[in-house]
Amino acid sequence: MLTDAIKLKVDRRDGKLAMAHFYVAFIALAIGGLAGLLQVLVRSGKFELPAGIGYYQILTVHGVVLGLVLTTFFIMGFQISAVSKTSGTLTNRQRVTGWIGFWVMTLGTVIAAVMILLNEASVLYTFYAPLQAHALYYIGLTLVVVGSWIDGAVIIMKYVEWRKKNPGKQSPLLTFMALVNTFMWIVATIGVAATVLLQLLPWSLGLVETVNVGVSRTLFWYFGHPLVYFWLLPAYMAWYAIIPKIIGGKIFSDSLARLSFILFLLFSIPVGIHHQLLEPGIDPAWKFIQVILTFLVIIPSLMTAFSLFATFESFGRSKGAKGLFGWIKKLPWGDARFVVPFIGMLAFIPAGAGGIVNASHQMNQVVHNTIWVTGHFHLTVATAVVLTFFGVAYWLIPHLTGRVLTKKMNKLAIIQGITWTVGMTFMSSAMHAAGLLGAPRRSAFSEYGGAAQAAEWIPYQIAQAVGGSILFIGIILMLYIFINLAFFAPKGEQEFPVGEAANPAEKAPMVFENWKLWIGITVLLILFAYTVPFIDLIQNAPPGSKGFKLW
Amino acid sequence: MHMHKFEKIWLTFGVAMLLVFLTVIGVSAFYLGNQPPSCLATIDPEKVDTTAPFNEPGLKKVEGKDWDYELVFVASAFSYSPGAVEVPLGAKVKVIATTKDVIHGFEVAGTNINMMLEPGYISEHIATFDKEGEYLILCNEYCGVGHHMMTSKIEVVK
Repeated sequence: MLTDAIKLKVDRRDGKLAMAHFYVAFIALAIGGLAGLLQVLVRSGKFELPAGIGYYQILTVHGVVLGLVLTTFFIMGFQISAVSKTSGTLTNRQRVTGWIGFWVMTLGTVIAAVMILLNEASVLYTFYAPLQAHALYYIGLTLVVVGSWIDGAVIIMKYVEWRKKNPGKQSPLLTFMALVNTFMWIVATIGVAATVLLQLLPWSLGLVETVNVGVSRTLFWYFGHPLVYFWLLPAYMAWYAIIPKIIGGKIFSDSLARLSFILFLLFSIPVGIHHQLLEPGIDPAWKFIQVILTFLVIIPSLMTAFSLFATFESFGRSKGAKGLFGWIKKLPWGDARFVVPFIGMLAFIPAGAGGIVNASHQMNQVVHNTIWVTGHFHLTVATAVVLTFFGVAYWLIPHLTGRVLTKKMNKLAIIQGITWTVGMTFMSSAMHAAGLLGAPRRSAFSEYGGAAQAAEWIPYQIAQAVGGSILFIGIILMLYIFINLAFFAPKGEQEFPVGEAANPAEKAPMVFENWKLWIGITVLLILFAYTVPFIDLIQNAPPGSKGFKLW
Repeated sequence: MHMHKFEKIWLTFGVAMLLVFLTVIGVSAFYLGNQPPSCLATIDPEKVDTTAPFNEPGLKKVEGKDWDYELVFVASAFSYSPGAVEVPLGAKVKVIATTKDVIHGFEVAGTNINMMLEPGYISEHIATFDKEGEYLILCNEYCGVGHHMMTSKIEVVK
């Protein structure tokens, strides 16, 4: 009987824990969105920041608050809800652990935010040494990561408990997926923890005088690339396991979904050097090896694309759709819970193609550090991922607060998705185009000494400002919907949709749950891809760098 | 584990394309020599001004090498030395650059010259300037409050 009750609804107490994460996430959306608006306006050349606020200070806010805070808090809230729903209510011990994780992350966020506001940390969210921020900035970010580990421990504890209670059975799909993402996150964040704790913190405290810049960057990117998969996999959780239920269809294949997540675990991490292709100090052969490993994620990506569209087509045909594309008409185009993430899926097609360009051994040189790259990740994380998160919020927030998504809010949510699409089309396209002409990323408005080439970029920068302003309207709409769903929507039961496999008789091989095997292979791949580059960077290191505060 | 026939076809096609793609960039890198800038030489970042060739930034004709000229740049917050340079049309040039302080970018807009400058390391790239005109050099890696003012230029002249 108890298990039936579990299946119906996430426990109120777990809901509160998840909601705490969502409050921080959406406050971050408001602050980070405003910072983004200010940036595109400054870069149009028509607007200057008041009161001596620096462009790069605002840029640091935007990156930290949206790239690290919004994403991490939303993901933790979503994964905890999904695990509580599919593997059962958290035990008191697990829930307390979750609250500790939440407060450690929040404390870290506040410390880092204060340092940014005091202009002690205008080093952007990538904090490349030897630019040296205040030690408290590094401590704040460390606490965010440590808090996310504690939150991750909740998911691991619940999974272990479930396996003990259900020997020989495969775990619920959403729990399995949240667990893979948690493992991937823990292995990846070891890199950033290492550079911060062993290098940057002692250096910013004055305990050591110099830092090895090459090692620090390589450790950062060891973390920096899997970071993007940490954002993406929760979106994939929704696409694989939740969207099928929303449209009224079935999960195309439970075991292939698990296989693709395992492949993401293996191939997300040993690839960070593709962000460092244009750097000295790393042998080009090792760069190429990591380029190959990078491209292996194309395989699970192709599997994902196939599964999703197979689900859509099977559903449409089961409703009597005819012809090659007749099934498209049968999809629920009036349901924001489907439409908004679906826009995200479509955005991922050009986003993935652009990513292939970026990671290509040679083509990277054309676009590296141009605003093309900014255009790229505004399609991946700021459209595909974020719109999916919004699509999840539309049903998850009212589910957790005991309210419902009304017809009016559903309509507004679709308008929100369309607003985002229009804004992002302007902004991202203009960024891609200007990047191909050479316009740099992460730069305030500049005429570059009156250079003719730089003058060509300005019309694109105005287009970015138009797109960015439309996106800001999208953010206001989203915040309005969030506040409605959290506090004002009518009381009721909003479904937590969990998809069922098209063929439930077909069980995934139990080897998928053999974590010693998968984490073992992950570690071996990492050792293979990174051992020699790190030995080179350490053995042939130049004299270290002192810290600089150039803002 | 069952895999649908169409999915097998889709994945076979996809993986085959991937192999073709990787072969193309692999041949380009290792046979044609189109490698990204990956110079392994190091330098003391505090002694850049007294270390050759950075003690004399600018364009220098060289003999007996695969390239005709060496073009040396020193980056520091927030400028490049030299601030402008003329390069003869059609010259094959090895660009050699480093930084005295933080990480900078070195991008020649409208060309494929784009590399990271990191303290303690030397960055190199060989390019042929076969189109006349003025090319903007700019810093494309955030380096501080004057990052967007950091420029130089190359004039390719007959």
